[in-house]
Amino acid sequence: MAARTVAGILAEIGRGSPDAAELTRRLAESCAEALPASGAGLSLTTPDGPVGVLAATAGIGAAVEELQVTLGVGPCRDAWASGRPALHADLSASGTARWPAFVTGAAAAGVRAVFAFPVRVGGVRLGVLDVSRTRVGPLDTAELATALSYADAAVAVLVHLQADHGVRGGTPPAVTLIEDSAEVHQATGMVSVQAVVDVSQALGLLQARAFSSGRTLREVARDVVSGAVSFSRTDDGIDDR
Amino acid sequence: MAEPQDAARVFVELADALVGPLDVVDFLHLLTDRSGSLLGARATGLALADQRGSLQLMARAGEADPAAFLEQQLLSGPGRDVFTTGVAVVDVDLEAVLERWPALAGAAREAAPGRVTAVPLRWRGTVLGSLAVLVPVQVRLSRGDVAVGQALADVATLGLLQARSTQEQTALSEQLQTALQDRIVVEQAKGVVAATTGTPIREAFRRLRRTARRRGVPLTELAAAVVDGRLDEDLLDGS
Repeated sequence: MAARTVAGILAEIGRGSPDAAELTRRLAESCAEALPASGAGLSLTTPDGPVGVLAATAGIGAAVEELQVTLGVGPCRDAWASGRPALHADLSASGTARWPAFVTGAAAAGVRAVFAFPVRVGGVRLGVLDVSRTRVGPLDTAELATALSYADAAVAVLVHLQADHGVRGGTPPAVTLIEDSAEVHQATGMVSVQAVVDVSQALGLLQARAFSSGRTLREVARDVVSGAVSFSRTDDGIDDR
Repeated sequence: MAEPQDAARVFVELADALVGPLDVVDFLHLLTDRSGSLLGARATGLALADQRGSLQLMARAGEADPAAFLEQQLLSGPGRDVFTTGVAVVDVDLEAVLERWPALAGAAREAAPGRVTAVPLRWRGTVLGSLAVLVPVQVRLSRGDVAVGQALADVATLGLLQARSTQEQTALSEQLQTALQDRIVVEQAKGVVAATTGTPIREAFRRLRRTARRRGVPLTELAAAVVDGRLDEDLLDGS
């Protein structure tokens, strides 16, 4: 199987007039289709780490993104931190020592391998493209080249959306696309006041609560915002760093 | 006019150029030059829109006067129309040009004789620029030729999407990242104010906007200070 080119990917996903959401959805779908037995997810990152999911294919693609959002660890975060691909052909073999909770959750969703590729423009780390698989084994040369093409295509898409917005004004499309993570950030602010910690620690408390109660980060965040769940200084004991 | 084997050769050459490390300026020149030869044009011009939406001629090939005309018609003429409508303008002769776009009269007479065809550079419904050719008056471009022209414009578009200058890519990426961070800090600030004052998120947002206005500072600046632990007293005021 020959590797896909960036031009080929862009020509395919740009057909017609897809809006920003549809465009990124197509990118993820096309990626999953091009690589047998896999799911794909694209997340945005800032200097503080992954901040939201742009698009993910139904099934293992979405499951992997959700797990990493809730736990705050995984190949996605590693790829963001290092600026290099994080390739785990056998997740339980190479990942259990690093992030046991993630490996357990991934296995439960049927994920056996994850390959995370930074989406970056030189020094600016825009996001991460995750490719997940239901079977153990590395990506072969052509598959690796294809995945890298998709990461490059993601750069082209994000940069294009930003340039396009520049001409039209309004909210940058990429920001609108992760609007559904707004509650997480609001909850982070609230918990930072309740537990008297900074926002990155507050996020950690939310993630720990999600993990220990077996819920998603978004669900816990919603409860914090509605007042159903609150933290206090004594709750700091969960992570006393 | 364009022989199938010549067209095929050009497309292969351009496809190869797209796979390697891409210098966008070189690529656009290559494409413009090849487009002109393929369609038998006296001159060819490729224009792109800048951030403000004005068209700039990025590459030209062929005879000087016709090329100058192609540059003019980006301001008012087929090239401009193609950019604003996204629809190709095909086979317009000098008389028609003078009629539709009187401002072009001078440049048109210098470049005469000839026919103008312009096609849009577009992707996902957005028009990025236009590719225009001036062919000798006795030449009529077939539907196949126009399709070839559009296909060349499509290749130019794909090249552009992949390889803006590094400066431009970096600048846009930084813009995107800043916009994202700004949005996040505002959401966090809503939470901080809500928890501090015991009010709902919507009220917290109202107070943030109001205080920013009163203080004459951008909302994101106030939000960053709030998240940093510097709570403006005015935010505690419910009025």
